[in-house]
Amino acid sequence: MYTLKLIFKNAFRHKLRTCLTILSVAVAILSFGLLRTVVRAWYVGVEASSASRLVTRNSISLVFPLPLSYREKIRQVTGVKQVSHGNWFGGIYIDEKNFFPSFAMEPKTLLELYPEYVLPPDQKAAFLRDRKACVAGLKTARKYGWKIGDTITLKGTIFPGNWEFVLRGIYKGSNKNIDETQFFFHWDYMNETMKKIIPRRADQVGFYMIELKDPDTAAEVSLAIDGTFKNSLAETLTETEKAFQMSFVSMTEAIVVAIQLVSFVVIIIIFAVSANTMAMTARERLGEYAVFKTLGFSGWHIGAMIFGESIFITMLGCAAGIIFTFPAAKAFGSAMSTFIPVFNIETKTIYMDIAAALIVGIAAAVFPAYRAINIRIADGLRRIG
Amino acid sequence: MPEKAPIVEIRNLFKSYQRGSQTIPVLQDIDLDIAEGEFLALMGPSGSGKTTLLNLIAGIDRADSGIMRIGGIDITPLSETDLAKWRAANVGFIFQFYNLIPVLTAYENVELPLLLTGLSKKERREHVETALRLVNLGDRMEHYPTQLSGGQQQRVAIARAVVPDPSIIVADEPTGDLDRVSAFEILDLMEKLVHEFGKTIIMVTHDPRAAQEAHVVRNLEKGVLTEERGPGSGGKGQGREDFGFRTPAP
Repeated sequence: MYTLKLIFKNAFRHKLRTCLTILSVAVAILSFGLLRTVVRAWYVGVEASSASRLVTRNSISLVFPLPLSYREKIRQVTGVKQVSHGNWFGGIYIDEKNFFPSFAMEPKTLLELYPEYVLPPDQKAAFLRDRKACVAGLKTARKYGWKIGDTITLKGTIFPGNWEFVLRGIYKGSNKNIDETQFFFHWDYMNETMKKIIPRRADQVGFYMIELKDPDTAAEVSLAIDGTFKNSLAETLTETEKAFQMSFVSMTEAIVVAIQLVSFVVIIIIFAVSANTMAMTARERLGEYAVFKTLGFSGWHIGAMIFGESIFITMLGCAAGIIFTFPAAKAFGSAMSTFIPVFNIETKTIYMDIAAALIVGIAAAVFPAYRAINIRIADGLRRIG
Repeated sequence: MPEKAPIVEIRNLFKSYQRGSQTIPVLQDIDLDIAEGEFLALMGPSGSGKTTLLNLIAGIDRADSGIMRIGGIDITPLSETDLAKWRAANVGFIFQFYNLIPVLTAYENVELPLLLTGLSKKERREHVETALRLVNLGDRMEHYPTQLSGGQQQRVAIARAVVPDPSIIVADEPTGDLDRVSAFEILDLMEKLVHEFGKTIIMVTHDPRAAQEAHVVRNLEKGVLTEERGPGSGGKGQGREDFGFRTPAP
């Protein structure tokens, strides 16, 4: 109890220095938390993937389409429960900066395959009924102030022309990791239009989504699907949804690695700041530690005081950093929602913050504590006066 | 002084310091007996080894060779841990610059040595209050060192030294940083500790007039004890008007 009291009093002996150290640690923990969340956000699509879903695409590249006729053949493969299909639409809403992912999808099977997109029953029915209907995620709808019944016009980049849709539903994610920025509309609507304006591009599908009867059969079913279209004009590549999502992450892996490195550099910086503070503190108090030793206090007591003070300061900074991470993440997430649709601070990130601060607190005290514990009393006392 | 069993027995004590490749002898073949209840002053010029000898007696430094029996215990073979425990139980320290912990109040500073004992909080309080009243600081318990004068700080340091009831008190230039009036108060207190409480005090000073308060004065010259003066050489109050203590600032 007495040691705790002493730690507290010692920690605020140099108020300005301690406050600046706490501020540095807080800023570093905040940065660390945000960077770790960015890294995690990169993988959120992978984490949200279902083990019971496969994605089939053209084996050459996702850019090349597959014939619509494959749908029935895929459906007949043993182990396949449900098949949906769609195309990346890539439409522009008013201006290019207003980006959100837009897809032409077969609506009924989409909603069956993705129960995590939660739509109220009336909106779901309205979406399925109307050929020009679309649904948008809650975040996108909020961002642009859309309401049910609004007409939304997207300018096609891959599929030319201005495309008009009526907003019939706004979906929410069943959990916080679900992307609520997407925009879906009827694939048939797009296909029929394409038949009229560019007939050669009609009946072409960007990808198939497949629901498995049993997730354990993913490998066999994938092989069976790809085997079905082997030596055809459009060979397929079937993989789990997780692997499919991962292929997008892999394209930008260098960025993720860089962010991870920076997050660890931040920890090294707080270590340097804290170690500097503790080194100065211990050097100034070597005489006092000698007095403690003179009075009969052991090296353990001295060590406890130094380690305690170091951990106390870094944990205060950590607490402040964590507190400010939440509003900062909210602001960051909303500013970056176009690129990072899901930006939530995970409990694991908070634990990492605490662990990092604790490790830094301990590491920063090692050398000063070693020095204070091992100083000869006579040498320590000589420093006073 | 009546003959008493020596509480400090030192025989053939040698101590040297290493400076680079050079060995500098500090204490050479010291023999010293200090009787229980004696007030001994160690004198000598700077660098004569006074503080080193005091540190050795107090168990905060180690001799190169020799025997040091303090209170019947040979402290030379004790480990650091045992020596720390022995110090806590047997030796009280008074320093020139008081060495109080600035973030602790007078009460908390005096309580420090008692934290190593098995005393309850209530018992500690009784001891601390008694010690602070002894040095006439019963009304300054909650004051921090910076809120006290130099003399008051030294009195807190004396209370801290006596609170675990040690048999020996070592004082290194206890009046060296004090004005004349405060120095007298401190010397009076130390005499009180000897006469009323039977403590043995070993005081290092370079001021011969301060040493006149002691029963016995020993001189150190270049690491060798050279002379002994008995109680007749000094005495309470003698020569106080000539002390070389700092006078208070106007």
